[in-house]
Amino acid sequence: MTTITARPVLPAPRRLFGSAPLWAVAVVGLVTLGVLAPLASLLLTAAEGDAEIWPHLVANVLPAAIWDTGRLLAGIAVLAGLIGIGTGWLVTAHRFPGRDTLAWLLPLPLAVPTYITAYVYVEIFDATGPVQAGLRSVFGFASRADYRFPEVRSLTGCILVMSLVLYPYVYVTARSMFLTQSACMIEVARTLGANRGTLFRTVAVPLARPALAVGLSLALLEALNDIGASEYLGVRTLTVSVFTTWLNRGSLPGAAQVACLMLAVVIGLIVLERNGRRDRRYALSTRRPRVAQPVPLPGWSGIAAAALCSLPVLLGFVLPAGFLIREVARRGLLAQLDASFLAHLATTIGLAGAATLATVGFGIVVVTTSRLSRNGVMRAAQVVVGLGYALPGTVLALGLLGPLVGIDNALNAIWRAMTGARLGLVVMGSAAAIVVAYTIRFLPIATGSLAAGMDRVSVGIEDAARTLGAKPRELVTKVQLPLLKPALATAGLLVFVDCLKELPATLLLRPLNLETLATLVYGHAARGQFENGALAALVIVVVGVVPVIKLTRHAEGQRHMDAAP
Amino acid sequence: MTTFAYGRSLFLGAFAAGFLAGSAAPAPAQEVNLYTSREPALIKPLLEAFTKQSGVKVNTIFAASGLEERLRTEGANSPADVLLTVDIGRVQQAKDYGVIRPVTSDVLVQAIPAAYRDPDGYWFGVSLRGRVVYASKDRVKQDTITYEELADPKWKGKICTRSGQHVYNIALFGAVVAHKGEAKAEEWLKGLKANLAKKPSAGDREQAKDILAGVCDIALGNTYYVGLMRAATDEQRQWGEAIKVLMPIFQETGGTHVNISGIAMTKGAPNPENARKFMEFMVSDAAQKIYADVNFEYPVKAGIPLDETVASFGELKPDTLPIAEVAKNRKVASQLVDKIGFDN
Repeated sequence: MTTITARPVLPAPRRLFGSAPLWAVAVVGLVTLGVLAPLASLLLTAAEGDAEIWPHLVANVLPAAIWDTGRLLAGIAVLAGLIGIGTGWLVTAHRFPGRDTLAWLLPLPLAVPTYITAYVYVEIFDATGPVQAGLRSVFGFASRADYRFPEVRSLTGCILVMSLVLYPYVYVTARSMFLTQSACMIEVARTLGANRGTLFRTVAVPLARPALAVGLSLALLEALNDIGASEYLGVRTLTVSVFTTWLNRGSLPGAAQVACLMLAVVIGLIVLERNGRRDRRYALSTRRPRVAQPVPLPGWSGIAAAALCSLPVLLGFVLPAGFLIREVARRGLLAQLDASFLAHLATTIGLAGAATLATVGFGIVVVTTSRLSRNGVMRAAQVVVGLGYALPGTVLALGLLGPLVGIDNALNAIWRAMTGARLGLVVMGSAAAIVVAYTIRFLPIATGSLAAGMDRVSVGIEDAARTLGAKPRELVTKVQLPLLKPALATAGLLVFVDCLKELPATLLLRPLNLETLATLVYGHAARGQFENGALAALVIVVVGVVPVIKLTRHAEGQRHMDAAP
Repeated sequence: MTTFAYGRSLFLGAFAAGFLAGSAAPAPAQEVNLYTSREPALIKPLLEAFTKQSGVKVNTIFAASGLEERLRTEGANSPADVLLTVDIGRVQQAKDYGVIRPVTSDVLVQAIPAAYRDPDGYWFGVSLRGRVVYASKDRVKQDTITYEELADPKWKGKICTRSGQHVYNIALFGAVVAHKGEAKAEEWLKGLKANLAKKPSAGDREQAKDILAGVCDIALGNTYYVGLMRAATDEQRQWGEAIKVLMPIFQETGGTHVNISGIAMTKGAPNPENARKFMEFMVSDAAQKIYADVNFEYPVKAGIPLDETVASFGELKPDTLPIAEVAKNRKVASQLVDKIGFDN
């Protein structure tokens, strides 16, 4: 850290937004408007319709949908939570064979889109798949009716598949929390005689709560908004009901009403969680946190730990990726790798990259402004900005159609007044609409991750910096951002990979002739030939894996630096 | 620092690439812009043939759902000329939204039987597929079946299907409602539900796979999937070979339920002449032949030879019920599916 030269501090008049610069407040306002626009458009659509369809929905659709959704989310919360926290703690607090490798392998399932894992699991574990075929030939069963085997296309199957894809959200955030947890607390607990289990329960987990809340809520929102995997596995979630209400029950307003209801529930949960930890503080002491020395796990317990941590990687990454590689090889799909495929790859990376830059940039402004202003309005803005993720991709895209076309129409009106010619659609006619959608949808990942990191920056450090004469900008660039670096990297990674995989908003908002890898996969799946999309699917996974590995390596490097005194 | 350096170079390069790809402005005159819910690879040979013949370039946006909403919102500034759908429901919705316009064309009217086009000339069916019964070659002896029979308790625990809310099933159930009225249709649907071997899920091909595995004996499915499965070079071929196709009929008309690929011109089409050319091309002999060969669908125009596999299913006698009647009953069908808990 560079030295901050002392300047005389004059008592400043109290301002509405504290020390936050006005331009930053304006940016936050703009971003908030951007997030509110599709929500408002959704509310307008909902208000268009009467309640005519509700007796039917209440009697025949919603009870089952709510029950299924509830069980799905509860199952994923437990399973993904256990896997994410458990493995995160094992690889951080302990030393065992293969630990360093597993630490960066564990986030990899994140690179595999949920719908791909769902498809692969059905291929492998369904009645005609290799597993059941093997069972039949070993035990001599004639048909599927002769034996019991858990059904993949079921709620249980869906919980398993989604947990395997989504646990990395919990793992990544939990691990970065465990890594920066001050060694003092852990060592004090050890001195007081806490054993490994007590330490995990009473120190590690409570301290990691902000990160866990972020990780788990990302995973659950992702599950709630999923449409591909749930539909394929025959689980009728609320999101599936939104779609059937729109497309089959012929009521877009009804669908918007159900979507608003879902949104209300999500907001309720977010508020509950925030209130739950309102009175706690998670700030680190002013000294640079020192990482506790990992405890070696000898003999069998070490091997057991290695096995436990390998399992999610095998099931969530190796199995689906291996399946895709096999399909690419035996179908000779490398032949698809032509100039247009590479152009689509460039488009995909370009869109994801642009959206990641925008998302992380806006995320920094929103979170630091909220902190600097110490003002309720800015904190509220931070919550509002978090809502984009609570909408299913297609619903967000439908909500965005109106506002984006509104901008286009305004541009056209101006253009026509000036030149008399037709301009056409500028925003909807270019990739800009997709970048806007990605940014709104994934901004909460950035703000969530950064806010959790910010919670751990002690106000004392900032006060000290201010006392030493740091201006607000210096406070952000020299104090907050360096401390937020791990959180920034995590946010950037998660957003980039999510953008690579995003499908529903891309489908609905893309301009003529634009393809991303996800839409290529979807194109094949749409005519029932998913396997022919294996190359595009595999490339999504590979492109997603690169930043995942880079990031975890980076975090490891940091850790060794910290560990060395 | 490495992460950020890596990230920066990747993002900046990618940023530029993304926007260049997105904003390539095509030349105005010789093009036609197509919004399609038909998968691009399936229509690519058609589009290429059209461009070769007419010199008009075809730009596409493919999405399975939401294109009508997009058209409605984009309004007068929409670049779209033509809407192509895989189901009667979507194109009817577009008409209800007022985003498509009537087209008067002798070519279209002469090629397409009246049952497969809108009476007011808003939309036209360009190909047909039957919603039929896949039956196990080993375990099912009979070679004929009626839709009514699917509710017969003799099939208890022996039928598989995808979700009742899927557009293909909704169209079939809509036809049942049109034939029998809501009350009888509900009774039939309950009977069918009682016969299901498992909870509805996945797609039509998976049902054939379940027949192969012995999970069920018969399933609902579209005709072209059988063509696709049997033409495959991998294990899907076995799924296709394990089943035979029964052409179910309605007792009332002796016909099989068919659905259409619908085509329509958008209200604000900036290239109406090219749009018309494209629509008329779609019912030309050449295009109809491609439809039959690549997609394993039934050409809508008389006198076009069928694909061999499709021909082997036996003669398709389409239900005489106008497809527009089916479209009207979609909502009722969907609500019946909810009401009896078909997907539970």
